[in-house]
Amino acid sequence: MLYDVIVVGGGHAGSEAVASAANMGAQTLLITMNLQTIGQMSCNPAVGGIAKGQIVREIDALGGYMARVTDLTAIQFKMLNKSKGPAMWSPRAQSDRMRFAECWREQLEQMPNVSFFQDMVQEVLIENGKCVGVKTGIGTTFRAKCIVLTNGTFLNGVIHIGEKQFAGGRSGESNSKGITKCLEQNGFISGRMKTGTPPRVDGRSLDFSKMILQNGDKNPKKFSFSETTTPLKVQKPCYLSHTNMLTHEYLKEGFERSPMFNGSIKSIGPRYCPSIEDKINRFTDRESHQIFSEPEGWNTAEIYVNGFSTSLPADIQEKALKTIPGFENVRFFRPGYAIEYDYFPPTQLKHNLETKLVENLFFAGQINGTTGYEEADAQGLMAGINATLKAQEREPFVLERDQGYIGVLIDDLITKGTEEPYRMFTSRAEYRMLLRQDNADQRLMPLAHKLGILNDKAMAVLEKKVSRYKELISYFEKTSVLPKDINPVLKKVKSSPVAQSDKLFKFLSRPSVRAKDMINVTPVKSFIQKGKYTDEEIEQLEIKVKYSGYIEKEKRNALRLKELSNIKIPKAFNYSNIMSLSFEAREKLSKIRPNTLLQASLISGVSPSDVSVLLVYIGR
Amino acid sequence: MVSRNYGTRTIFALSSGSTKCAVAVLRVSGPKSAFALQQICGGLPKKRVASVRKLYNPVSNELLDKSLVIWFPGPQSFTGEDCAEFHVHGGPAVVSSVLSALGSIPGMYPAQPGEFTKQAFLNGKLDLTEVEAVGDLIHAETEAQRKQALRQMDGDLSALYSSWRTSLLKCLANTEAFIDFHEEENIEDDILESVSAKVTLVNDEILKHLTDSRCGERLREGLNVVIVGEPNVGKSSLLNSICQRPAAIVSPIAGTTRDVVETALNISGYPVLLSDTAGLRETHDPIEKEGVNRAINRVLSSDLKIFMVDAAKQANLLSGDVELSDFVISHMDQIKLISKSLHLGNKDLHKQMDEQEDLSSIIIVLNKMDLLHSSEVSKFLRENGDTVCAISCKTGQGFDDFMYKLVEKIKILCGDPSQGQPSLTHSRHRHHLNQCCFHLTQFHDFLSHDVVLAAERLRLAVREVGQITGAVSAEDVLDVIFRDFCIGK
Repeated sequence: MLYDVIVVGGGHAGSEAVASAANMGAQTLLITMNLQTIGQMSCNPAVGGIAKGQIVREIDALGGYMARVTDLTAIQFKMLNKSKGPAMWSPRAQSDRMRFAECWREQLEQMPNVSFFQDMVQEVLIENGKCVGVKTGIGTTFRAKCIVLTNGTFLNGVIHIGEKQFAGGRSGESNSKGITKCLEQNGFISGRMKTGTPPRVDGRSLDFSKMILQNGDKNPKKFSFSETTTPLKVQKPCYLSHTNMLTHEYLKEGFERSPMFNGSIKSIGPRYCPSIEDKINRFTDRESHQIFSEPEGWNTAEIYVNGFSTSLPADIQEKALKTIPGFENVRFFRPGYAIEYDYFPPTQLKHNLETKLVENLFFAGQINGTTGYEEADAQGLMAGINATLKAQEREPFVLERDQGYIGVLIDDLITKGTEEPYRMFTSRAEYRMLLRQDNADQRLMPLAHKLGILNDKAMAVLEKKVSRYKELISYFEKTSVLPKDINPVLKKVKSSPVAQSDKLFKFLSRPSVRAKDMINVTPVKSFIQKGKYTDEEIEQLEIKVKYSGYIEKEKRNALRLKELSNIKIPKAFNYSNIMSLSFEAREKLSKIRPNTLLQASLISGVSPSDVSVLLVYIGR
Repeated sequence: MVSRNYGTRTIFALSSGSTKCAVAVLRVSGPKSAFALQQICGGLPKKRVASVRKLYNPVSNELLDKSLVIWFPGPQSFTGEDCAEFHVHGGPAVVSSVLSALGSIPGMYPAQPGEFTKQAFLNGKLDLTEVEAVGDLIHAETEAQRKQALRQMDGDLSALYSSWRTSLLKCLANTEAFIDFHEEENIEDDILESVSAKVTLVNDEILKHLTDSRCGERLREGLNVVIVGEPNVGKSSLLNSICQRPAAIVSPIAGTTRDVVETALNISGYPVLLSDTAGLRETHDPIEKEGVNRAINRVLSSDLKIFMVDAAKQANLLSGDVELSDFVISHMDQIKLISKSLHLGNKDLHKQMDEQEDLSSIIIVLNKMDLLHSSEVSKFLRENGDTVCAISCKTGQGFDDFMYKLVEKIKILCGDPSQGQPSLTHSRHRHHLNQCCFHLTQFHDFLSHDVVLAAERLRLAVREVGQITGAVSAEDVLDVIFRDFCIGK
């Protein structure tokens, strides 16, 4: 049979790609080397965090499943950065690793147009520059209109523990061979990357009384905007302890046998996810580093030792860990390891994640040089949507940098490429005050609805929410308040009192005045009670008022840049004979081949004058 | 088809090449052009007709120039937008003052390199056959401006701007690290306090730079040049020769000039305030004593000193028995001795004098060459030609050489506008630095309430400095974060 979409790989990117394709009506086939590890969390059992939590909310707004699966399997929830401005609030959850995977498989199995097959894909079938299917290890051929590759760390994966190295895609799982070679024969360029993971240990061997208790939020929230999930009622804590100088001494003993330092690992690992040996080697003056004990689930003794990622020999790992308070009698389930794998520099992709070289072939996840479940999942979602759109002969769906972190993620990958595993940070987003976790639904659900991923009912819920919130804002914009009513509030927060009436909005926009101070002011109180406004809605009002000036400014700025993004560069544009371009610009532009002038302007080495020259040549 | 309302900014720039011609053309393009005309010349002139108007600074109401003004409502204009042109009198001071007046109007921005041409193109004002040429033109335009900016940025100024960029980048990285990693990582709690202190420091430095930019001031207010020397060596004759009119009374009686005689001059396009002073000598005449006193003060506050000596009386110097620098020192000492005997002397004054013995701000003029044989001085001149000239005020001998050397010295002290457009780049730098300071001040206002809003100000401030030194990218910030902090689990 001819499928609409085949997804190779069943991790976070693969599962989300299958789900989005199937939801858009595509006949979808998932091929994975192991059907038991669909939705496997290969590293820490947590979802979200700063910038990543925002991505998960966006995935949810676009009809993805990551938020729902996380909510259904979470054991702890925290809203990070609560002490900073609301733009930076970031949800994060610990999940039950086994339930998470189980839940993902359950979601996919409930979709009638999803088929499954277990085997290793060894070859991508390419005819006349178009991808038409795949061939598996046992020689079976599957054909489809579009193919999505989400191979994670499996392509020619090599695991390192001390001086030992062996082939593998994840601990206890074999690697995948054939695809890299096949793609290279078709002109693709590949590279090597490295990442690592810490040991898993037996919680029964730890003394948690010597560690610092880390509870979840008192009033936990949740990831998904939908009402299918509810916040946690019971949570499981994590525990914090610290390394010391003795730990560092023991670790240093193993440096000679470390693949990181003896040269057997040559590829580049992420700077922000360093191994413990990297931390003590680079920051010699630090006497201690944080170690978090994170439970792997509700009903397991397994503990994930976060902060202790390492590829040192197993005996060194154990000796060093035993010096940390609470770990004196630690028993290992399995040691930490480093893994090297193939990736394909993402500048070889178009903005819909389709390869420039081979039509109908899409890449998502770590194969594009990213790291993190959330980054992978987001790409899976976008690749699944775009593969389906392509199969259905519809226009591609691309998010701009001012529409979502997902837009920033994909645009960065495609226009700038990456030399180390790419992770999202809020500092990468120039419009981060617009791209908040609280408004992901308002930003993206209308787009999902247009695509047909989101049904009318969900849209109606959003519209009702937005209209209530608009009523609340317009009340604050229009209603004046008397000095005798507002001055007690102003006095309380040490803001200067007023002699004349003024609009509520004006008072709330004072830096020290909070919405919770305003809701007890005489006229406001009755309005809030009558309209039954929730705390969340009042919070939304506050964000809107406090950030209004900036949001307008960011929107204007985004609009100005959009003018450049509207100017498309013809596909076959020849940069090499425009001598007015600098040499570097000619070279980079020919290599990256941006679609629009905006993308061209974001490439390092392309100056404003180069953009002006392009403008003139492309002009009309 | 390219969007027609691409330009929402109103931009301005000097569009004629050099500031040294008789007339310089300043161009404004964008929706605020009419407003700018009203602000600067008090009303809108008849469209597409050259009118004479007085130009005023809209903030200080100071009269800047009387010039030709033309109003071109869009779309029939060079760029297709509303445009205005000011044909002002050439010269860096006037151009610079009108540019800064334009910059003081809210919503007006100094044009980016090539921006006028780009605007014209976007609005369909250039046809396809011109495309090729325009591409090269934009390139040439930006290349020249880039080189010019680089020239200006050479040396100290460049190092200064780069140091601000580095400091602010570090502040931004620390703030970003606090936002992205403080919750989960070991980031010191007091990191924002140290950022805040550093921001204050940089802000103060930039403000100081903005108010203490000598080159710019010299251009605006004129360079102080003083003629100094013993009585009766021909100082007033030299002044008159430079002025080409008898501004100072000349007589063979030593001590004729009692007060400082000032003349405002335009020397080769530069505004110069030339002062003739009383001859320096010990005297008991109270009026002459006051004259000497004033002369010494004028010497101390001057930018360029013309030391005038009687060639016939300086045999030691001419024969090479005395080194030139020793001669200058002994001459300065002599002034010091005089000032001491006049009871002017205080420590600061003498310290200041010692620091001023720098040959770059001195020209030594040997007068009365008509009384010597030229062979006697030719060797000496060959060796010290940069700083020394030999003239005769009486015959005019050597005067052209003197004027050439004088102009060279002035050029160095003011910055040479023929080497580009310092007033233009200057006003661009000023604009960005002012904006930078504005954002840095706002940073402090927000820091205690919302670190994200504060960070936004820091981002904007860095962006402004980046307009001068080169943009700061997200990668630059992350590089600093990962270098300075141990981040990640």
